[in-house]
Amino acid sequence: MKVSRRSFLKISGAAITAGGLSLSLEQEKACAKTTKICFAKETVTICPYCAVGCGIIVQTRHGRVVNTEGDPDHPVNQGSLCSKGSSLYQITHHNKNRLTRPLYRAPGSSRWEEKSWDWVMDKIANNIKKTRDATFMERNILGQIVNRTEGIASVGSAAMDNEECYVYQKLLRSLGLVYIEHQARI
Amino acid sequence: MTNHWIDLRNSDCIMIMGSNAAENHPISFKWITKAMERGATLISVDPRFTRTSAKADIYAPLRSGTDIAFLGGMVKYILDKNLYFEEYTREYTNASFLINPGFKLPAENCGVFSGLKGTMTREGYINGKYDKTTWSFQKNPDGTPRKDKTLQHPDCVFQLLKKHFSRYSLDMVSDITGTPKDRLEQIYRAYSATGKPEKSGTVMYAMGWTQHTVGVQNIRTMAIIQLLLGNMGVAGGGVNALRGESNVQGSTDHCLLFHILPGYLKAPRASQPTLQSYNEKNTPETSDPMSANWWGNYPKYSASLMRAHYGLNTNLEEAYSYTPKLDDGKNYSWLTIFDEMYKGTIKGFFAWGQNPACSGANAGKIRQGLARLDWLVNVNIFDNETGSFWNGPGMEPKEIETEVFMLPCAASFEKEGSITNSGRWMQWRYKATEPPGEARPDGEIITGLFYRLKALYEEKGGKLPEAVTKLTWDYGFKLPGDKIRSFDAHFVAKEINGYFLKDVQIKGKLYKKGTLVPGFAYLQDDGSTSSVNWLYCNSYTEEGNMAARRDTSDPSGIGLYPRWSWCWPLNRRVLYNRASVDKDGQPWAMKKPVIWWSSETGWNGDVPDGGWKPLSAGSESRYPFIMKPDGYARIFGPGLTDGPFPEHYEPLECPVEKNLMSKQLVNPVIKRWDKEGVPDLDLRATFDSRYPIVCTTYRVSEHWQTGVMTRWQPWLLELQPEMFVEMSHDLADIRGIRNGDKVTVKSVRGEVAAVAIVTSRFKPFQISRNTTHQVGIPWHYGWRQPDPEKKEMRSANLLTPNIGDPNTMIPESKAFMVDVVKGGAK
Amino acid sequence: MNEKAMLVDVSNCTGCRGCQVACKSWNALPAEQTRNHGSYQNPQGLSPYTYTLIRFQEVDDGRGGVKWLFRNDKCFHCTDPGCMKACPVPGCIFKTPEGAVVIDPEKCIGCRYCYYTCPFNIPQYDEQTEKMSKCTLCHDRVANGLIPACAKTCPTGAILFGNREDMINKAYSRAQELGGTASVYGDRFLGGTHVMYVLTEPPGVYAKLPENPQISTGLVLWKEVLKPLSIASLIGGIGACFLYYIIKGPKRPEFEEGDKSGE
Repeated sequence: MKVSRRSFLKISGAAITAGGLSLSLEQEKACAKTTKICFAKETVTICPYCAVGCGIIVQTRHGRVVNTEGDPDHPVNQGSLCSKGSSLYQITHHNKNRLTRPLYRAPGSSRWEEKSWDWVMDKIANNIKKTRDATFMERNILGQIVNRTEGIASVGSAAMDNEECYVYQKLLRSLGLVYIEHQARI
Repeated sequence: MTNHWIDLRNSDCIMIMGSNAAENHPISFKWITKAMERGATLISVDPRFTRTSAKADIYAPLRSGTDIAFLGGMVKYILDKNLYFEEYTREYTNASFLINPGFKLPAENCGVFSGLKGTMTREGYINGKYDKTTWSFQKNPDGTPRKDKTLQHPDCVFQLLKKHFSRYSLDMVSDITGTPKDRLEQIYRAYSATGKPEKSGTVMYAMGWTQHTVGVQNIRTMAIIQLLLGNMGVAGGGVNALRGESNVQGSTDHCLLFHILPGYLKAPRASQPTLQSYNEKNTPETSDPMSANWWGNYPKYSASLMRAHYGLNTNLEEAYSYTPKLDDGKNYSWLTIFDEMYKGTIKGFFAWGQNPACSGANAGKIRQGLARLDWLVNVNIFDNETGSFWNGPGMEPKEIETEVFMLPCAASFEKEGSITNSGRWMQWRYKATEPPGEARPDGEIITGLFYRLKALYEEKGGKLPEAVTKLTWDYGFKLPGDKIRSFDAHFVAKEINGYFLKDVQIKGKLYKKGTLVPGFAYLQDDGSTSSVNWLYCNSYTEEGNMAARRDTSDPSGIGLYPRWSWCWPLNRRVLYNRASVDKDGQPWAMKKPVIWWSSETGWNGDVPDGGWKPLSAGSESRYPFIMKPDGYARIFGPGLTDGPFPEHYEPLECPVEKNLMSKQLVNPVIKRWDKEGVPDLDLRATFDSRYPIVCTTYRVSEHWQTGVMTRWQPWLLELQPEMFVEMSHDLADIRGIRNGDKVTVKSVRGEVAAVAIVTSRFKPFQISRNTTHQVGIPWHYGWRQPDPEKKEMRSANLLTPNIGDPNTMIPESKAFMVDVVKGGAK
Repeated sequence: MNEKAMLVDVSNCTGCRGCQVACKSWNALPAEQTRNHGSYQNPQGLSPYTYTLIRFQEVDDGRGGVKWLFRNDKCFHCTDPGCMKACPVPGCIFKTPEGAVVIDPEKCIGCRYCYYTCPFNIPQYDEQTEKMSKCTLCHDRVANGLIPACAKTCPTGAILFGNREDMINKAYSRAQELGGTASVYGDRFLGGTHVMYVLTEPPGVYAKLPENPQISTGLVLWKEVLKPLSIASLIGGIGACFLYYIIKGPKRPEFEEGDKSGE
C-alpha cells in the first residue's frame, strides 16, 4: 500500500508552502485528533545529507517543528528515508546543542565568549582587510599581474545552497583569494 | 552522475565498486531493488563485505588500491573474447584514431609511458612529470585525426589498448588484488554481457575510487569499459559518481575550488593577463566540421560570468583584471593549503560549513596548522573539532594565539534556496522554521561581510579596493542606501541563470534588456548577457523557477520525470544521450529508449545532447561526444597527467615491496610531500614491518562525513555510538584481540582509539602468495562529541597520508598502512 | 474487511535502519545510551524506548564466505495475543479493527505478565513510568489512513503494509520466487500475526525468533480452561447459593459458645 499525496494531505489537513505548486491544497475536514500532524503546516525540503536528494516534509505548528517525514510525491525517494533522513527532526530547534550565538575565543584564551553579530562581523571584516592588505600581491616574482592574496584561505561548503556557494566564491575571488577549496577535493 | 538515481532501475547489471551505496546512499537501493526485480545482476566489489555486498548476487573482495588491476583484467577479458560493442566502439570512441608512432607503453618503457622526466630511485621514478609530445593523435592534412575504422592498424588506439592490457591476466590480477580467480571471471562474464546493444550496465562509485594516488585512472579504466560495452548515454548505463554531500554537485558546479570558476571555466593563470589571452588559451579548436566542439563557446561563458561578478560597473577586461591569477603550473589545492598553513604562511582562514580538523588527510598536521593562524572563522550549526581545535587533545590553549570566531548558521530547512543532487537535479527547498536563537543563513553572513568590507575599502582604501567595491550585490529588495533588506535566493538564482543586459536580436527574435536568458545558446561574448554559470542557464527563466517544479508525470516511461525540478544542462537527464542511438537516430535498446529520431517530429524523449540530425545526415549532424574537441569519446586520454591509459601502481603506502606489473612501484608523477630522512609530519610507511596492515576509511549509514551534524543527534548516536575498527578473525587472533575490545590503530602519522569489531566480513588476502591483512575504520568520529572531556583521539584522518592524485590532488585516504594493538591509545 | 498486516521481507532489507529512527521520531521515543559491543546492532534489544530494531547477524554461507542478515524485529501483533490474555486489567491491552495489539499506558499497572507470556518477549517494562510498552503498529497513523512510520520510510519495500490477505499472498509468492530455504513466518501461529516475515534462512537461524512460537501451556490452561472453569464454578456457586436460599431460606447466624471458647 502506498500513501498518495492526496491522502497524506487529507490527514494532515495542511497547506503546503511550495511556490508554483500545481496542486490544489485546500484544507480538508477529515483530521483525526490522534495524529500530531493534524492541521500542521507542511513545507517541502530536500534532505541535507547525501546527494540522492530525497524529498522531506517538515510539519510545523506555530513555527515549531512537530514532525518530519519523507515526501511521498518525490520521484526519487517516494516517501522513504534512511536513518539520517529520518532523524531530521533532531537537528531542528529541538536540538539544544545547536549554536545560537556568535562565539569568540581570544588569543591564548581557554574559553568561548558570547558576542553580538555586529561585534564579530566588524572584527572579522577588519581582520580580512588587515591580512589581505598585508599579503596582497599585485605581481608575482616573474612580474606578471596576479592580484591575489596567499595570506587567506577558505574551505567549504557543500552544505550551502547553490546561491550561497556562488556569492561566497564571488566575495572570496573579489578579495583575491586563490586558496579556495571545499569538500569536493577530499 | 552521467545518469541519475531513478535510472538505476533500467540497468541489466549494476556494479558497485569504490562505493557502498546501501550504506551511504541508501535510497539508491529503492531503484537497485527494482532493477533486480526485473532480473538485473548486482555486483559488489569491496575490500570488506558491506551491507551492499549482503544484497549482491556476486561479491568479490579486493585489496584496497588495486582497482586498476581488477578492472584492467576486465578490459582484457572483453577484448580477448570479442565482447565489445563493435559499432559503438568504432563510431563513437577514439578507438580508431592513430597515435604518434613514438608513443611507448609501460611494458616497453620501465613501467611508465613515454616522455617521463623525474628522479630515478630503487622504487622507480619519483616526482616525475610527463612531456606529452608522443601522446598525440596523428593528423590528416586537413587537421582532422587520422583514423583506421577497421581498428587493425598497429598504431590505432584499439590495438594499443589491447597490447597494454594484455598484461592484465587473471593470474596477474589475482596476485595483485587478492581476489580469487573464479570470482574475477564470474564478474567479468556478468558485466561484459552488457556489451549487447539492447543491454546496459552501470557502475556506482564514490570516494573508494577517487581517494587514491591513481584515483582518476581508476575511473578512467571503468570509463574505457563502459565505452567498449556501449554503456554511455544509454538508460541504465553511465559512469555514476555518487556524490556524498547534499550539494557537493552544486558547490562544484559553482566552483568553490581553486582551479575552476563557475561553470567549470579555468581559473585564470598569470600568463593570461587579459580576458582575450585567457579565452585564447582555453578555447579549443577543431578542424572537423562535424565536431560540435562545445567548448568553442568558452568566450561567451567567461564574458557572461564577468558580467555577473561586476555587472556594468566595469568593462569585461577590467572585471577580468580584478580576478586573481594563479601562477602557471602551481597547485593551490587542499593539501597545499594545509602545508602552507603548517608552515605559517597562511594567516587567516575560513572553515565554512566544513570540519577539516577531522575531514582532512593527516589531520594532525591540519590541527597544528590551525594553531599557527592569526584568525579562524568557523561557520556551522554545531560545535566541531575545527572551531574548538584549541581545546582539543594535545593542545595547550594558553599557547595558541589564533583568534577564533564560531558563527551559528541556519540549517537547510531554515532558509530558502536550491541544491543539486548527484543526478544533477537542481531542487528548490523552502523555509520551514526560523533558525534557532541568533543563527543566520549563510547568505546573510556572507552579505554582512561584503557590506562591511565594501565600506572599509570605500572609507579607508587599501590594496586594489575596486575589486571589492565595484562588485554587484543585487540579491534582494533594496533599502535606501542601496543595501539589500535581506538575502533572497531567488535574486541570486536569477543571476546564476543570467539576464540580457541590453536588447538583443537573436535568430530574428528580440530579447529585451532585463529579461532572463532562456538558455546557454543565447549567451554572448560581448558583454550583452550575464550568467554566472552557463550550465545553469535555463534554470530560472521568464517562465519561472524551474528547480521548484513538482510535476510527477513521466511521459518517458524510463523514469526521467522531466518536469520535476530541473537538471543541468538544459534539463537533459541522461548525458551523452546521442550515443544511445545508431547513425539513423534509432535507439540501441528499443525497450528503454532515451531519445529517438523521427523524420516527422525530430528528436523525441530526453533533451538530446544537441539538436542536430542523426549522424546519417552527414554534415547536418554532429558527433555525439560534443564536449570533446574531436567529438569522440576518449579511450586514449592524453589530457591526463599520469598517462593516456590507466596502469596499475601501488598506493604510496602499500604492503608489498614490488609492483608485480612493473619496476615502477607508485604513480611516478604524484607530488611527494615526504622527504627521505626528514622526520616531519609528512611521513610515510611503505612495506614497513611496523605497519604491516592495509587500512581503509569509510562511512556508515547512521553518520555523515565527520559526524559534525550526526554525532549531535541522539537517535543516530544510539545506532553507532563510537569509533570502531573492523578486522578479520585471523588478524584478531594474531593480535590477541577479542570482539568489543578497546584497541589502538596506529599509522606512522598518528593513532586513534577504537572498539574492535571482529568479523567474518573481513578476510585476509593472498597477495603474491603472502597473507596480507586489512582493516577498516569509519571517519565519522572526533573528540568533541560525545565525551568531550575524555579528549580522546578518534578521527580516522589522524592516520591517513597527505598524498594526492596527480590530476585532482584528492588525498589517498582509502589505502594506507597501519598496525592494530590491544588497549587504549596513549 | 479492514484487517491489515505488515510484511517484513528480509531479502530486501539493507539494514539502513531508517525504520528504527522513523519509529523513534513518530513515537517521540528518546535515544538510549549505547556502547559498541563489537557489532553494528544497537540498541542490543527492544526496550521501552526502542519499539523496533534491526538485528544484525553474520552467518557462514557454507562456501567460505559470509551472509549478513538484517531482521527488523518488533511486536508481531498476534490475532491470538498472549499478552492480552495474561493482562489482568480489562481493556488495558486491546486490539484495533486493523489488527494492531495496543497497550493503553493509562490502564497499565506494570505487572509484566504480558512480557512473560509473550512468546517473543516483546513488551518492555519502563522503570521510570512503571508501565509496559511496545510497538503499536502506529495505530494512530493507520486509523487515519497512513501506513506505519517504519513501512513508510523503508527504502526498498522490505517493510510493506496493506490488507492482510494481500500481504499473505505477497509473502508466499515472494518466498517461492526466492526459493531455497526461503519461507513465510507468522501467518500460521498464534491465530496468525499481523507482522509477518519472508525469511531467506530457516527461522531457527535468526536470533530471538522462536521456530515454533506458542503461548505457554500454563497460560493457555489458565486462560482457556481454568479461568472459564473458575468463572463457571463461581457462577455455579452463586447459582447453588441462590437455589439453597430458595429451598432453605436465609441462613441464620448461629452462635455456638463452644466455638468461641478459644480452647
